[in-house]
Amino acid sequence: MAISLQVNGRAHRVEADPDKPLLWVLREELGLLGTKFGCGAGLCGACTVHLDGVAARSCQTPVGEVGRAAVTTIEGVAATALGQRVGAAWIDADVPQCGYCQAGQIMSAVALLRETPKPDDAAIDAGMAGNLCRCATYTRIRAAIRAAAA
Amino acid sequence: MPLRDLYAHPCGDPGGGGVSAPVLSRRGFIAATALAGGGLMFDLRIASAQAAGGVLNAFVRIAPDNRVTIGAKNAEVGQGAKTMLPMLIAEELDIDWAQVTIEQTHADAAIFGPQSAGGSRTTPREWLPSRRAGAAARAMLVAAAAKRWGVEPATLTTRSGRVLGPGGRSLTYAALAADAAAMPAPELEKVALKDSATFRIIGQSIRGVDTPAIVAGKPLYGIDVSLPDMLHAVFVTCPAFGGTMKSANLDAVRALPGVAHVVPIKGDGAPESLVDGVAILSKSWWTANKARDALEIEWDDAAARAFSSETLAEGAKAKLAGKGEAEVLRSGDPDAAFAAAAKTVEAQYHYPFLAHATLEPQNCTARFADGKVEIWAPTQNPEAGRTAVAKALGIEPAAIRINLTRIGGGFGRRLMNDYMVQAAAIAKAVPGTPVKLIYTREDDTRRDFYRPAGWHRFRAAIDGQGRLTALHDHFVTPGTGGKAVRAGDASASEFPAGLGPAILYEQSLIPTNMPTGWLRAPGSNGVAYAFQGFLDEVALAGGRDLPTLMLELLDGATELARGPNQPPFKTARARGVIEKAVAMSSWADRARLPKGEGKGFAFYYSHMGYFAEVVHVAMAEGMPVVRAVWAAGDVGSHIINPLNAVHQVQGSIIDGLGQALVGQAITQVDGAVEQASFDTHPLPRITDAPPRIEVAFVTSEDPPTGMGEPALPPLIPALANAIFAATGRRVRSLPIRPEMFA
Repeated sequence: MAISLQVNGRAHRVEADPDKPLLWVLREELGLLGTKFGCGAGLCGACTVHLDGVAARSCQTPVGEVGRAAVTTIEGVAATALGQRVGAAWIDADVPQCGYCQAGQIMSAVALLRETPKPDDAAIDAGMAGNLCRCATYTRIRAAIRAAAA
Repeated sequence: MPLRDLYAHPCGDPGGGGVSAPVLSRRGFIAATALAGGGLMFDLRIASAQAAGGVLNAFVRIAPDNRVTIGAKNAEVGQGAKTMLPMLIAEELDIDWAQVTIEQTHADAAIFGPQSAGGSRTTPREWLPSRRAGAAARAMLVAAAAKRWGVEPATLTTRSGRVLGPGGRSLTYAALAADAAAMPAPELEKVALKDSATFRIIGQSIRGVDTPAIVAGKPLYGIDVSLPDMLHAVFVTCPAFGGTMKSANLDAVRALPGVAHVVPIKGDGAPESLVDGVAILSKSWWTANKARDALEIEWDDAAARAFSSETLAEGAKAKLAGKGEAEVLRSGDPDAAFAAAAKTVEAQYHYPFLAHATLEPQNCTARFADGKVEIWAPTQNPEAGRTAVAKALGIEPAAIRINLTRIGGGFGRRLMNDYMVQAAAIAKAVPGTPVKLIYTREDDTRRDFYRPAGWHRFRAAIDGQGRLTALHDHFVTPGTGGKAVRAGDASASEFPAGLGPAILYEQSLIPTNMPTGWLRAPGSNGVAYAFQGFLDEVALAGGRDLPTLMLELLDGATELARGPNQPPFKTARARGVIEKAVAMSSWADRARLPKGEGKGFAFYYSHMGYFAEVVHVAMAEGMPVVRAVWAAGDVGSHIINPLNAVHQVQGSIIDGLGQALVGQAITQVDGAVEQASFDTHPLPRITDAPPRIEVAFVTSEDPPTGMGEPALPPLIPALANAIFAATGRRVRSLPIRPEMFA
């Protein structure tokens, strides 16, 4: 069926099964490949996007349920000052190793800082606990979030 | 931009009008090609200093604006090679890092030499050849300037991509490009390399070349490959390893909406090549994967289903109780040492199978047309993939083009190329159409090449002074017919062999159908835990701590030979990191820790790197929590990129903590793996990462070696030994479960 989506400030119309996860609509229909497939079960956070500014697992979000929510992906997150600040902190700390999880990490970090502008260490860990990093860049993820919050 | 455009022919085409001047030398040649428009491309083919017959090649391209493009020949898997190898070339070429653009090359051993990313081998293998590549190019540019100015080359210097001459004369490399192309190439073994005191790039902390693109969400990975008219595929195989396909309801699946093709694949039965299965193809991967629900396959798997973790463990236990089937090493007189011992210590250690669990699931894109295959692969070992694809498809290796993508984690999983062969075999069924195969997470967990489980029965003899006089290990490892499985071999050089105590290392084999492979620090990741854990028991039984025992043993020799193509183990380097770790962790003050806290130590030498680590744990809510880790490493004379070196150590430490503490174990029922995803084979999360990790490097005179692996092996025994210090309980089996502390 035809579904209207608002992604990174642009309106899109896609033909898709409403059960199809938003992740695969972003990747296959809209060519937005920055959002990653890791597990398809909401366990790793690689597919994290924002729905109206709140972090959501796009692999667990049927596209038919997105409705009018504004979808923000890694490709669009730098449009806000906060998104830009987090991205700059990520580059400055050279957070990535393989880098595959980092889109999801950044989306979770931006959502965390929007909710909690000055998180303490416990709040950082709690806010980022849903995002796996197989290379274990956690030390620098913490540092980059602290830097972006400062 | 589709990935094809990013990766195809990344080193550019010289185009018409170029002047090519290949110059052969005894061990290799350099071809300098002037590009139309004034650029200069050096095609550097240099015999590897360390592997006779192997060749290394790097591309250096100098543009008219004096920007320098350097080809990165090894795939980036998170180990930093895509940044580090060009650093070596840029250093000797004497350019500024800000001038450099890095491009990933494709796979071609004939042009580029070894391109595997494994075993921490890239750094030691390329340290000289890559630098010589840069130095040779620089020498040709200097020669061109000398000729133009009518002076001796020796009077000229270089800086930041310019040749500087007497009287303040100066020319950019770009301005010398055409002349340099006509200069004879220097002999690579004789080309002058910089005095390391003048290094301006080596030793600098340089961020990953792709970091900004990653942060921007650019499509860099294998899974991001997009080609016109591409189909997506899932591949369904027998859950029990070794099963073959009898029949399947292919037509029922073909009838499903959105399914483009359903392709039965007949394999050769080898998991590293091609096993039987059914591929479902669709324009959408999600649609293809959903269609699996309707697929019914009848497998011939009676024999495969006989394997289970339970029967394996029973078999291992029975073997462990008996005499070893083979002696791996007997040195000195262990029988006499045990007979004369004042005290003996015995213990058994066990570690499980582990999956690699790369976050980017295995995937590969392939297009078959006119008897040729083009592949886009996240692979750590492209040439092995080429061989496997050629064999499975019955085509010439030269008919296969392999484009290298960035890799979303490897840890050794992508040294195997099963997904590449599968993608190629599926693509062959739909000629002309590109096919992207993606594993589900469940496929990925259940079709791995697992770190083999191991069982050790140790005995140690201690004399009246508390010294270790003999060590006996009976190692039970998966294998058959006298041959251990891949990554399951015992090593005759296992510490403290050759350092004084009498040694008996035995090995026995138990059959498994589990495919096994190399996981980060293969051969060491489990064995280090067992040996250093047991030696901690030996040290305490002898009235000393493990660092003291290690330093005593290391007094037994200055160096130990490690076989062909391996540098010797140097005891002074081992002592250096042990002393450093002891000092930086305030080891001597550990008795002052409160009850329920403790520090543990371990040392291990693997992949040419020496690492000593101390872990501080505190018990909290019935499980050990890691408060801090100190790591001291010696990987040679230079830390090429200190920023990345620290990252590798931090990652190795948390990786090791994850293996031990979060419940990682792959188990098998009815021939198939039980775990499927991150709920049942967990990875460490940010909440598991210690608040403090301190890393120090001790430099020595030997050439630099790799950083991907050697920091991992000592972490787990240091943790286990810390848990003993904190609780009095020995961790003799992994993973550590809360029940242990109940």
